[in-house]
Amino acid sequence: MTDQAQILPGTLDLLILRAVSLGPLHGYGILLRIGQISGNALLIEQGALYPGLFRLVRQGLLKASWGTSENNRKAKFYELTAAGRERLQEETDNWNRLVTAIGAALAPQAEEA
Amino acid sequence: MKPLNSLRFRMNALFRRSQVNAEMDDELSAHLQLRADDLERSGLPRAEAERRARIEFGGYSRVKEECHEEAGGTFVESVGQDLRLAVRMLRKSPGFTLVAVVTLALGIGANALVFAVLNALILRPLDLPQAHSLYGIEDKGGSGYESYPDYLDLRDRNRSFESLAAFNITQAGLDTGKDPAPVWVYETSGNYFDTLGVQPHMGRVLHASDEHGENSAPYIVLSHAFWHSHFQDNPGVVGKTVQLNKHPYTIVGIAPPAFHGTLLFFSPDIFVPIVNHEQLGGPGVLNDRGKRWVFELLGHLKPGVTPAQAVTDLNSVGAYLEESYPKEDGNISFALGRPGLYGSFLGGPVKAFVAGLMLLAGLILLAACANLGSLFAARAADRSREVALRLALGSSRGRILRQLMTEATLIALMGGALGLVGSIAMLRQLSEWQPFPRFPIHVPVSPDAKVYVVALVLALVSGLLFGIVPVRHVFRTSPYEIVKAGSTGMVGRRITARDVLLVVQIAICAVLVTASMVAVRGLMRSLHSSFGFDPENVVLAESELSMAGYSGDKVPVMQKRMIDAVATIPGVQSVGLSNTVPLNMDSGTGTVYSDKETDLRPSNAAAKPYLFNVSPGYFEATGTTVLAGRTFSWHDDENAPRVAVVNREFARRVLGSAEDSVGRYYKTKDGVRVQVVGIVENGKYFNLTENQEAALFVPILQSPMSQSWMAVRSSRDPEQMIPAVREKLRELDSGLPVYIQPWTKEIQGVLFPMRMATVSLGILGVMGAMLSITGIFGMAAYSVSKRIREFGIRIALGAQRKEVLRPALGRAFKLLAVGSVAGLVLGLMATRVLASIVYQATPRDPLVLAGVVLAMLLLGLVATWIPAQRALAADPLVLLHEE
Repeated sequence: MTDQAQILPGTLDLLILRAVSLGPLHGYGILLRIGQISGNALLIEQGALYPGLFRLVRQGLLKASWGTSENNRKAKFYELTAAGRERLQEETDNWNRLVTAIGAALAPQAEEA
Repeated sequence: MKPLNSLRFRMNALFRRSQVNAEMDDELSAHLQLRADDLERSGLPRAEAERRARIEFGGYSRVKEECHEEAGGTFVESVGQDLRLAVRMLRKSPGFTLVAVVTLALGIGANALVFAVLNALILRPLDLPQAHSLYGIEDKGGSGYESYPDYLDLRDRNRSFESLAAFNITQAGLDTGKDPAPVWVYETSGNYFDTLGVQPHMGRVLHASDEHGENSAPYIVLSHAFWHSHFQDNPGVVGKTVQLNKHPYTIVGIAPPAFHGTLLFFSPDIFVPIVNHEQLGGPGVLNDRGKRWVFELLGHLKPGVTPAQAVTDLNSVGAYLEESYPKEDGNISFALGRPGLYGSFLGGPVKAFVAGLMLLAGLILLAACANLGSLFAARAADRSREVALRLALGSSRGRILRQLMTEATLIALMGGALGLVGSIAMLRQLSEWQPFPRFPIHVPVSPDAKVYVVALVLALVSGLLFGIVPVRHVFRTSPYEIVKAGSTGMVGRRITARDVLLVVQIAICAVLVTASMVAVRGLMRSLHSSFGFDPENVVLAESELSMAGYSGDKVPVMQKRMIDAVATIPGVQSVGLSNTVPLNMDSGTGTVYSDKETDLRPSNAAAKPYLFNVSPGYFEATGTTVLAGRTFSWHDDENAPRVAVVNREFARRVLGSAEDSVGRYYKTKDGVRVQVVGIVENGKYFNLTENQEAALFVPILQSPMSQSWMAVRSSRDPEQMIPAVREKLRELDSGLPVYIQPWTKEIQGVLFPMRMATVSLGILGVMGAMLSITGIFGMAAYSVSKRIREFGIRIALGAQRKEVLRPALGRAFKLLAVGSVAGLVLGLMATRVLASIVYQATPRDPLVLAGVVLAMLLLGLVATWIPAQRALAADPLVLLHEE
């Protein structure tokens, strides 16, 4: 467990959008999916997920509908809206730019050596 | 997201709260089940799996609350919660709520009332099209009287007004075939209605084209109110001919309902062309340039003309008039004023009066807010445990503040609503009130949207003002300290701003109480003081003989017949007649010279006595005591030598001695020597607060007047006498309008200013007292509740009542004493001002002093009664249990 990283503030929404982009999921499924695609490297408090989901629904990036889970439990499924898909693309690009920039900034520099 | 969308979302979230709540529960429990399923699969027993799932999930209700917040319902929703909680809290302490609401209602009601008056009299111009460019012409002294020829010159020669109209107020006798009655008339220039842009309700209004010289336009326009009350809205009256002062006039139209003439206070019954002034009782003055009787000139300024330019223009016309008519028109200088309050003549005093009221009302509101602030602070202190507990349970300070503010706002709105309702009720009374029954004077105040807005804003602002007081308290609250220690804070010993405010408040209250008591005492004394006549058991019958067509020699003959006829009524003791009676507010003065004076210039006059033209029997009928000599008889006519009766003051000033002046002479301004044949007691002639004035009575046969006030003294009830007198006079001439009233009622007019002063001071005094009570109550209740445990222990240890009450209420009474003394001193000083309105208002009156002290003491007792009872009832057992 100790090698799990706390997620950066503000990145939960991005992770949720990414997880849902692969197909409709219920809340618990989203948690599992994030674990799966991140190689279980990210720690998300289970309860903290739901306010995020409500926020994204209110912003019109996700839409929700009731359905049945694989083991026959009634659950609320979330999927991306068109706006959500757009936002995911934007945020992903942003993130990549940020990572490149920060990576470059943190990399050992020739002058320093 | 679009704001509209967001709103819809919030509203949905709000209204579907229970549904949303259930769905949220479903969703979260599904999560827990799914997690438990996984854990079970990994080998845990079901119960243990569910327990683990719940632990991993974290704070369930916190998540739900956060979800609600994210879903967007929370703001509106939490305001709703705040409101519900506020209502619950207020209902739990009805005493506090009642005191707070009533206090605020007083403050806001007083302000709404004064603002409505301000709005109606000063802010709101006359209800006419383009009222903003409407100006009246006045001279530098503030009066607007002009002569008719000057009006015509001003109208035709000025270049600033679109058109210049004129009007005058008079009374005339209207005979519509039954019951002739005096009516109030606006004599208007032909262009009056067109200048103002007033369209007829029915028929037509008057036009400039109606005027073809003196008495050329026998037309009447009825006011809507008069048409309604005297003709029952009958449209058939248009075109009908009626008698006005015995001359035939045609009713040509009805004025619109909203038009009451161009004076705010004074609504006329009918409108008549001013060119017919001669028939309305003003013979020979229409074309006399030296007679200034036209009440006011007014009109719209042309577009682009400033008032200053107009004044310059008018003054150049004035210069022309001065040059052309040096005898009549000297020293002319014009100014412009707002019509409605008769320019600055009435407008000035009215503005000053309303400004004074506004200041007082503002003070009352400030005091109310201060009291509420301390009440709320006391409450916040009492609730510090509740606040601490809520903080400890994770409520944010912001949320708690919002809760307190919601309570404050709720109280403010309730107080504001109550105050507004009260003030509207009072405004309605005020609008219907006719202070002088003989005149069509009323105060047209009705609240409009502006008044409601002001009341609302005042309520909200004051709600925030006193809501802010406890804020500091909340921010300093440390939940740990308070929950641990209970509420054992000591009352501070230093003098706080709140103490100072309370003292100021008590002082203001004491000033008002002192002033109103002085006023009441003065009023009572003046009702029983000597007027120089005795109005009890006297009926006054007023008539203007010219209204029934009497003029010249026919006037005295008719007057004698009237006196003789009324004297035959059983029970009548004496009858007399005069052109006016004292304290009637229309007394005229004459100019007299001492007998030795040869240079009869106005500056050499010996006195300007009030002048009464009286018939034989006048002194007996009015109850004026004759000190020496004789009164008049019917032989003192135009053929007899000129004689007069004077009062003591006249004798002292003009004749040299008060006692043995009978038989001496004075000179009139025409140099005629008049012999004084009798001396009567001094009296009041114009108003009750006047200094002793000289009065001169001359026989009506030697200087006839058609204005006749008949005084009828009888042994019967005045109310019974009225119909008898009316009947007798109708037998003589059924076409003579007569106004009959008991003298005691007639005299109310002169008492009006002091009545008003007394009543308003009384009301303000009561308001001040109520505010002081709530202020002292708030303070005392606070200090008692703070130290209740200490009192309980003291009582348990055997303390006497006195020993408990002194620490509990000593401070409140100390403040009360300081405030009362300050207020009493100030109040006695203010009495000097009051003395100019209220007759015999004197502060050196032991009854007043005792009354004020007693009133303030009573006030203190009332305010501290409940806290004192609480302090004495402190039961140590119960109190220790509570801890």
